[in-house]
Amino acid sequence: MSAVDPTEIFRQEASELMEQLEQALLDLESQPADRDLVDTAFRALHTIKGSGAMFGFEQVAEFTHGFETAFDQVRKGQASSSPALIAAALQAKDHIRALIERPETANPAIGEAILTALRQAVDTGTGQPAVQHSASTHHDHVSPGEQSWRVRFRLHPDVLVNGTNPLLLLDELRGLGQATVTALTDRLPALEDLDAEACHLGWELMLSTEQPRSAIEDVFMFVSDDTELEIEALSTGTVAPPPVVAQVQAAMAASIPVPEKKAVEAEAPKSAGSLRVQAERLDELMDRVGELVIAQARLSQLAWSGNDINMKSVAEEIERLVSELRDTTMGIRMVPLGQLFGRFRRLIHDLSRDLGKTVELVTSGEETELDKTMIERLADPLVHLIRNSIDHGLEMPDARIAAGKPAAGTIRLTARHSGAEVLVSVSDDGKGLDAARIRAKAEEQGLIAPDAKLTDHELHQLLFAPGFSTAKEISAISGRGVGMDVVKRTIEGLRGTIDIGTRPGRGTEVTLRLPLTLAIIDGLLVRIGQGRYAIPLSAVEECVELSAAKDESSQGRSFLSIRGDLVPFLRLRELLDTGTAPDPYQKVVIVSSGETRVGLVVDQIIGNHQTVIKSLSKLHADIETFSGATILGDGTVALIFDIGHLVEVGQAREERQRNQQKEAA
Amino acid sequence: MSVAGQTTDLEVLTLCLGGEVFAIEASAVREILDPVPVTDVPGARAFVSGVINVRGKIVPLADLRVQFQMALTPPTLDTRIVVLEIELDGDLTIVGILADKVYEVTQIAAAALEEAPRIGMRWRPEFIRFIGKRRDEFIVVPDLNRVLN
Repeated sequence: MSAVDPTEIFRQEASELMEQLEQALLDLESQPADRDLVDTAFRALHTIKGSGAMFGFEQVAEFTHGFETAFDQVRKGQASSSPALIAAALQAKDHIRALIERPETANPAIGEAILTALRQAVDTGTGQPAVQHSASTHHDHVSPGEQSWRVRFRLHPDVLVNGTNPLLLLDELRGLGQATVTALTDRLPALEDLDAEACHLGWELMLSTEQPRSAIEDVFMFVSDDTELEIEALSTGTVAPPPVVAQVQAAMAASIPVPEKKAVEAEAPKSAGSLRVQAERLDELMDRVGELVIAQARLSQLAWSGNDINMKSVAEEIERLVSELRDTTMGIRMVPLGQLFGRFRRLIHDLSRDLGKTVELVTSGEETELDKTMIERLADPLVHLIRNSIDHGLEMPDARIAAGKPAAGTIRLTARHSGAEVLVSVSDDGKGLDAARIRAKAEEQGLIAPDAKLTDHELHQLLFAPGFSTAKEISAISGRGVGMDVVKRTIEGLRGTIDIGTRPGRGTEVTLRLPLTLAIIDGLLVRIGQGRYAIPLSAVEECVELSAAKDESSQGRSFLSIRGDLVPFLRLRELLDTGTAPDPYQKVVIVSSGETRVGLVVDQIIGNHQTVIKSLSKLHADIETFSGATILGDGTVALIFDIGHLVEVGQAREERQRNQQKEAA
Repeated sequence: MSVAGQTTDLEVLTLCLGGEVFAIEASAVREILDPVPVTDVPGARAFVSGVINVRGKIVPLADLRVQFQMALTPPTLDTRIVVLEIELDGDLTIVGILADKVYEVTQIAAAALEEAPRIGMRWRPEFIRFIGKRRDEFIVVPDLNRVLN
């Protein structure tokens, strides 16, 4: 095991916390009264502050403290989460991120400005003038002056292992006022029974403070779940608080631990069963499994070429195990897309503000899982598509009302499974693509001839041409024409495809079709001429025989009737130019990509093959028919068909034939 | 006459292609293999018509004889595959090349290297980096970056 840099752990943890914080803040915008959300945000802040100080991120701790102080008023119900506050809080969150990631470039002046904005937002929220803020650090003006408390607490024996430092708790308590601390050693076991990592001590404090009871309880906020805590008021310092205030305080004190506990309970099973692993290790694991799959294929081949029954059964057993191992390994790498979707809420929030358009984000299918690498590579293309939708797709509010639509536009992010593919789509209810303008622009840029006849599909593909933009003006957001071609390239790099659907005045939907994984797939191994090729099994719908007679009679038509549907087919022997005679009993493998099906005529179907996908080198980058290659049991290489491309070829052929028929008629 | 930019001796692997002696910079050579089964890649350019499996990696197999318009003789007992790691358009790429015969690793003195003459050549001059002279024979140092593009 390599040593892990503790600051790296902090960075990781902080980045997760900041995501939580951002989510909570964005949710607060729509549900300002939700106490749970306020608490979640506050907890995240508090932890960032605490661990920031622990790992030496002083600036972070200091800034977060200011943030926390301001936000504390929201938690105490003294300020409401107004849009201004949320905006300032989001900026503050970004500033924390900057402080953590690039502390040397972060500007303290910016931090101060953000804090001021936060305080102002909080103070306007309370209706108090801004000047009064300085007093508000001693939150409870109503507090009854000094009071003495006896605080006894025992932490759960495991707390030290979990990283809690009791000394910090004591320091925090001391910070509240005058305190004398006594250690309770009565539970200390005999030396031979002593577990050095367990916390056997308890503490008793005599504390005189101006702070209310809730302030003391807050100290134990993060350990309260497994702590024995007694807080006892000894004597009131001066005047007892008026009964109403006492009630409110009691209610507040009572209300805090409840959501806290709920959250802890909900998180507990997750944290108990999950483990943080570096991504490279998963990649390595996947590589090893890939090699294992290839070695296993060789073993199987050897076993089946001999006559040893025992050998065959072992080979079979190993084949089963390897295939399970492969599935498990891939399962480890699967991450729900919701994580990715969450990131876009902020983007949409900012864009809608910058562009003056009201945008609602609707997501569905967050639980759909995809390979981790894939999710990372998807982020940029999706950002781009969302920007396009908001900037080009959605109209300004008044134009929307004029068109009889609600003023707020809707961006829909959806994910769902479709066979072995995952479909991720970004759709808007804006004005739709302007076919005439795309055409005019493409002609102007010389991408198409002025009189070219284009199908809708071809026209939409123009959007992906480098440098193509129909935006009349270049905005800060989009219109430079960089991007869509990059989106397309990224998606193709993931072996995915892009579909565009649009209805004028109703909106546009861009759908990304992605394979579930990048590394290993089940393949159907076929022979065409002398060569062996793999077809991704997930795309295969069925295999039918193409008798010689049928083959003859279908010459020139290349359509097959599958239960009443006409399916175009491609003779792969011709496509690959093998120069061999067809087998007497050719087979047609029916494959589908999305809604379209196409038949692939092969000479022989060899069987199932676990296919470790290897990419073809740069020297073969010009070949579209194949998406990659794999190594077979005997060590030779088999090429993997790019189904998307073959289906496109089939479709083009079908369209051509239809046009010919039309002309003939 | 030595060539500008090549002041040090060149360490090369010499091999035979279509009866001529070629030299590949030794630092680019990863390994030399006996012939292995080649998988044809339909639709690929003629000089990289196949791929081979080199220790679990899919490696394109190039036949330089196609680019130098030499006769494509069937493989013999001496045929080898030289696996190279070269920079193509800024990316390190592994590529195998067919050789009729592999000779040795040797040095060519910088002074013995000359640029390809513009005329009187059977081959496209841009494919050739240097012509080296050793004893009585000429050695062709191809510009692999150009040959493989």
